Amino acid sequence: MTMIDNGTQATPAEIKQSVAELEDEAITIIREVAAECRNPVLLFSGGKDSAVLLHLAAKAFRPGSLPFPVMHVDTGHNFEEVITYRDMLVEHYGVKLVVASVQASIDSGRAVEETGPRASRNRLQSVTLLDAIAEHKFDAAFGGGRRDEDKARAKERILSFRDHFGQWEPRAQRPEPWNMLNAKIRPGEHLRAFPLSNWTELDIWRYIGIENVALPSIYFSHRRTVVERNGMLLSVGGPVVLEAGEKAFEETVRYRTVGDASCTGAVRSTASNVEEVLVEVAAARITERGATRADDNFSDSAMEDRKREGYF
Amino acid sequence: MVLRIATAGSVDDGKSTLIGRLLHDTKTVFEDQLSAVEKASTRYGDGSLNLALLTDGLRAEREQGITIDVAYRYFATPKRTFVVADTPGHAQYTRNMVTGASASDVAIVLVDARNGLTEQTRRHLFVASLLGVKLVILAVNKMDLVDFDEATYHRIVAEATAHAQALPAPVVLNPLPISALLGDNVVDSSTNMPWFTGVPLLDLLETIEVPGDHNVGARLAVQWVIRPYSTEHHDYRGFAGRLTGGSLAIGDLLRVLPGGQQSTVIGIDRGGVPQDTAQPGEAISVQLADDIDIGRGDVLVAVVASEAPIVTDRIIADISWMVDKPLETGSRWIIKHQTRTAKAFVSAIELRHDVATATHSPAESLSLNDLGRVHLNVSVPLVIDNYDRHRPGGAAILIDEATGMTCAALMIRDSE
Repeated sequence: MTMIDNGTQATPAEIKQSVAELEDEAITIIREVAAECRNPVLLFSGGKDSAVLLHLAAKAFRPGSLPFPVMHVDTGHNFEEVITYRDMLVEHYGVKLVVASVQASIDSGRAVEETGPRASRNRLQSVTLLDAIAEHKFDAAFGGGRRDEDKARAKERILSFRDHFGQWEPRAQRPEPWNMLNAKIRPGEHLRAFPLSNWTELDIWRYIGIENVALPSIYFSHRRTVVERNGMLLSVGGPVVLEAGEKAFEETVRYRTVGDASCTGAVRSTASNVEEVLVEVAAARITERGATRADDNFSDSAMEDRKREGYF
Repeated sequence: MVLRIATAGSVDDGKSTLIGRLLHDTKTVFEDQLSAVEKASTRYGDGSLNLALLTDGLRAEREQGITIDVAYRYFATPKRTFVVADTPGHAQYTRNMVTGASASDVAIVLVDARNGLTEQTRRHLFVASLLGVKLVILAVNKMDLVDFDEATYHRIVAEATAHAQALPAPVVLNPLPISALLGDNVVDSSTNMPWFTGVPLLDLLETIEVPGDHNVGARLAVQWVIRPYSTEHHDYRGFAGRLTGGSLAIGDLLRVLPGGQQSTVIGIDRGGVPQDTAQPGEAISVQLADDIDIGRGDVLVAVVASEAPIVTDRIIADISWMVDKPLETGSRWIIKHQTRTAKAFVSAIELRHDVATATHSPAESLSLNDLGRVHLNVSVPLVIDNYDRHRPGGAAILIDEATGMTCAALMIRDSE
């Protein structure tokens, strides 16, 4: 069988045009949700997708300022570089930051910490997120989710409705003919908006390169002490504790995604700038979540299950 | 350019398998996805690699071996980038097909070679026609199960061609015989069907030419008014929205509808960056020379337009009804057209389209999956275009005020 090379041979002009079209679509979605919803918020994780999302949102209203705040759901298991970066961006864009803390949810008994050496706070984020949405009376939350990330996300609409319990019901989604957005909700419900729905990982990196979007340093190669667990390289220290028989070692790595430090893996890489990362992404044979997220490898429908519970 | 594809077929026509095959053979499938599919194939099937599991992402779909909801897939070759809207063929089949086709350049309609044209196939062709998808690839699948028989293929193509001629708007049929399961004529030419002289599906997708949008002149439905109130931009008022219909340049004269005032474009920004001109599809904001009261829902229209829109509160539209609750004469809904949201009253149901025969009959009400034509009274004037001339100006949705659900897609044909 003939194997066809992936689309890496487009000319720079073609790449710029296709990314610009995605930008037009995303900005249109952001403006529409801002206009139709009473009190939206932009979810910011410090990862590359949310960095692109914030960049697009700022552009959508320029020379005006961002008409909604930004919220970080803080697991307490952060990469230090990401918090530094978050605070730098808040300053740069002059946006209002709301921090919702998973630690606070645990302290108040709303969430119960997982136990054992592999405990993660990733799943607990849903509780904190839903509580914060209720507390601040947000009716829409922008997220950086993309349909190419996961097979459950591939089925999600641009506007995704959550009931009183924050749950997603994949069988009762609203059709979006012509991408026309219906943002009507009833009291107690809220919606998630995904302006990057039609972007792929490659598009995100191309856009970062073209627009010079700043990223946390951990997206580029660096030396780090890691441990190999389930085929993933986890950063040793903080929430990740060595188990019997495990050995820590130094490696040149970078991150393809940024999430809770307890379950986000690094990949071996020498890519130190956007151009080198682009080459790597184009040649990648494993999806970014498959390579770097222990949480999605638990089961065939891990993402669907978490989304149904109110996850991003 | 990105090619947007909608796939349609009945249950078991092999749609998911075909898309899985395209993703697999273009190396879009990653190793971890493939190993997950291998694992799942063992659990849900006989163990042979089931490419449909690449696209059927929801648990219920995998357990029942069906596709429930429209899924979007992305793949690329050196020549083109593709977005596939995979639209399932049962339950809310018309709703899914309409949604998939609404934003597509090409529709791939699958037919099971053993069954020939079914009512579903005729329905898919009809929907493509109604939604203005002019290019249709008729993929006669499972040719391996009819011994790659040439006569069977030609009989199905002849039947489809006859049906296509009866459709409300013309579609161009591109037929080809395939086996999605075995890969015949998907990426490589089939050695089992030397009688077929056309190119395989992927070649066709890479080279098919999409007719450009009809130019009606610039239109901008205002989404949001940018007012910075800062010292630096004290008097700035930018009317933000997506340009459609034609290009726009500084100095152009625009008319505000429904109000009717005119003013000259003095500034165009795209993502906050000033530019002299803008092209259809661009998300821009426009500054005008005069201080006119303009808000969300208003439409800026080129004064020198090749075709002027109609301002009306009475519209006639083809409709796809998408929910269980029926549509009846005298019922009230919320209508969303461009950036305007208003109330709508169904003054008449003109007809129901019979998709199998491409004819129509009178109707009292419309049910889930019905296609028909309705007359609506709207609480405020809308700035409309005929759907076939300018899609954004001719497309609308109906929303149920009680549930918030999107109930219908409207293709506006005229004013009353």
